[in-house]
Amino acid sequence: MKILVPVKRVVDYNIRVRVKADGSGVDLANVKMSMNPFDEIAVEEAMRLKEAGVATEVIAVSCGVVACQETLRTAMAIGADRSVLVETDIELQPLAVAKLLAAVAKKEAPQLIILGKQAIDDDANQTGQMLAALLGWPQATFASKVAIGDGKATVTREVDGGLETLEISLPAVVTTDLRLNEPRYATLPNIMKAKKKPMEIVKPAELGVDVAPRLTTVSVAEPPRRSAGIKVANVAALIDKLRNEARVIA
Amino acid sequence: MSRYAAPLKDMHFVLTELAGLDRVAALPGCEEATVDVVEAILEESAKFSGGVLAPLNRSGDREGARWADKSVTMPKGFKEAYRQFVDNGWNALSGNPQHGGQGLPRVVSAAVQEMWKSSNMAFSLCPLLTLGAIEALELVGTDEQKAIYLPSMIAGKWTGTMNITEPQAGSDLAAIRSRAVPQADGTYRIFGQKIFITYGEHDMAENIIHLVLARTPDAPEGVKGLSLFAVPKFMVNADGSLGARNDAYCVSIEHKLGIHASPTCVMAFGDSGGAVGTLVGKENDGLKYMFVMMNAARFAVGLEGLALGEIAYQHAVAYARERVQGRAIEGSASAVTIIRHPDIRRMLMLMRSQVEAMRALAYSVAAAHDAAARHADAAERARNQAYVDLMIPVVKGWNTETGNELAYLGVQVHGGMGFIEETGAAQFMRDARITTIYEGTTGIQANDLVGRKIVRDGGATLKAVIGQMQQTHSELMKPAGAEFVAIAAALGGGIEALRRAGDYIVANYAGDMRAVAIGAAPFLRLLGIVSGGWMMARAALVALGRIAAGDADPFFPAKIATAHFYADHVMAAAAGLALEVEQGGASALALDEAMF
Repeated sequence: MKILVPVKRVVDYNIRVRVKADGSGVDLANVKMSMNPFDEIAVEEAMRLKEAGVATEVIAVSCGVVACQETLRTAMAIGADRSVLVETDIELQPLAVAKLLAAVAKKEAPQLIILGKQAIDDDANQTGQMLAALLGWPQATFASKVAIGDGKATVTREVDGGLETLEISLPAVVTTDLRLNEPRYATLPNIMKAKKKPMEIVKPAELGVDVAPRLTTVSVAEPPRRSAGIKVANVAALIDKLRNEARVIA
Repeated sequence: MSRYAAPLKDMHFVLTELAGLDRVAALPGCEEATVDVVEAILEESAKFSGGVLAPLNRSGDREGARWADKSVTMPKGFKEAYRQFVDNGWNALSGNPQHGGQGLPRVVSAAVQEMWKSSNMAFSLCPLLTLGAIEALELVGTDEQKAIYLPSMIAGKWTGTMNITEPQAGSDLAAIRSRAVPQADGTYRIFGQKIFITYGEHDMAENIIHLVLARTPDAPEGVKGLSLFAVPKFMVNADGSLGARNDAYCVSIEHKLGIHASPTCVMAFGDSGGAVGTLVGKENDGLKYMFVMMNAARFAVGLEGLALGEIAYQHAVAYARERVQGRAIEGSASAVTIIRHPDIRRMLMLMRSQVEAMRALAYSVAAAHDAAARHADAAERARNQAYVDLMIPVVKGWNTETGNELAYLGVQVHGGMGFIEETGAAQFMRDARITTIYEGTTGIQANDLVGRKIVRDGGATLKAVIGQMQQTHSELMKPAGAEFVAIAAALGGGIEALRRAGDYIVANYAGDMRAVAIGAAPFLRLLGIVSGGWMMARAALVALGRIAAGDADPFFPAKIATAHFYADHVMAAAAGLALEVEQGGASALALDEAMF
């Protein structure tokens, strides 16, 4: 079976994110970009399924600017067989990405789409769910364990109360949580080979998708700076502060 | 646990803007080394070094390699890390593609090796020695030796060693006594004791191939009677499987100031009947092969000076940003982080600027080494080889001396906590200490530089390099701004100091060899400092061009500021060093030996 792995290019997790002076967004100039760590976990899971003989082909797909090619090369250095870039300079929001991925999925007809539960830049946690809805496929989000059976996937999910196990029929969409696996380091020969692996580049219009943003960003601001702590006189004072200042308890 | 984040941005800048990665990629056999592929390699190598090697640096230092019953147990985690290192193909980076290597050029290997050395110097010595042994076998091994050894050594499945030093033969190889007795089947039996054998024994690989310098029975006295032999720990059967244990054993390991995780072995060959070895190359030509390999080995040790300076700098910056102590000298409401204090700032800039200068010089020499080996035009090969030959003792000598100074400053920035092992600053200083000693002490590098590289060609190569420096100097006259005035003045002064000192050496070597030799080490330092200043000036010019082209990356103004600092603070020493070379001989030799 074929596995499609959507990967997103985001600000590297080691970078301290800065807000643009005019509050219009995050400053991306001269900032190191990398693959969304949750998507790395998705690529790793796809590779493990391929190595286990479950999958026959792993296709990485990314939506965004030309530089997303680097992210796709990274996915192919980990082991993806080929890749698709849906190239556009327009700001992509989760619904647009889900529509683009649905269009690619219709073309490629994978049995499984596995992607990060969210991206570490906007933390939207929407793309996988929207994608499943658009395709009319079952979904299992926040996966910490994935087992593929005959036409079915058994997925263990991390939910607030603990773990939940679902059985879903294929084709399906699975989104990954942190504990699903530990991504490997790419090997040197695979890094060298990645350059020669095929990468198809398409435009949103060719897929018949309108990617125009539906949401408007009003403003972006840094979180308030942490102020110095204080000592409270007693438990009653603490509870009063938690209730009336921090408003974290009722 | 020591942290390491590879300085990818500066590495990329040096590779593409100063070392000429595009020109290297245009050389025959280097086609794979395009900027995008090299970028991907460096990124992954950075992840591996930071994620796998760095976490073992401090634990490896504390635990150390342990010897018992002729075998060595590596510190916890090293065996697994080495396996991962090999499985991921890193050992094969520069190996010949015919034997399974990736054939990447030296300049790429230099950047990757810098990362191994910064993140875990003791670990990095194992692949370093293997690469040296591979180089020797590539150079003069028989087809059979290549077929038996190279694929497994390039992959890293087997490691390699260089067995040169003996108790009575350190810097002086003429004193080597190990014997090689020819056998009827064409092999030799090796007898003798070797010391200071890095990774002579360990538990990370299934076989170890020792390259051993020894004398055949009728060999001439001195260095002209040394032959090189391949002596495997386990004999290799015709089908490639491992056979009997050879008579080559590690009989103890040294207790050292630093690189504790790297086993430094005393090797006994032939205690029970003779270790089986095969001749590598021709009889009595061993030293010649050593010299060829030495360029690569000395260069690699120069990278260690750079790498330890880099990691010491990273830790010093992190500490200076965190540590709150004292109010600002100009007054402040409360105590400030020490990075606010001017003297801490000066030390951090000394570290940063010299690390960047060393990196630029080392990578440029690596790129020249690639051109010397692969350029289609013979004249270009010769020109590059002359530059490499001149600069190898400088990269080895100056980078390691400077690396020690920077590791010292790293401790100083930490204050009292630097003297406490827990911060890790002390380990970098201890690990750096060997680098000015092995593969030829700084004194040996300086004598090589003066005697072989300057005097022998009458200063011609030095003059050619000075000519290139002058070209950069004239370009520095064009831009406006106080930084470029200072950088130009410093480089101008440095060039003048170098020219005077070089002329003095060429004019006086024959007549007053001892006095000139007193100035050898100061001259090496002078050439290092001025070459570094030249590289920083080139970097500043590139940065200025990028800013003018509208690039808003703060990396570029920082590069100009760093080059400016180097000009003000490091280049200032050049004139004094030239005086030391020209005038310092007589007083240094004035005392009679008996007066000491």
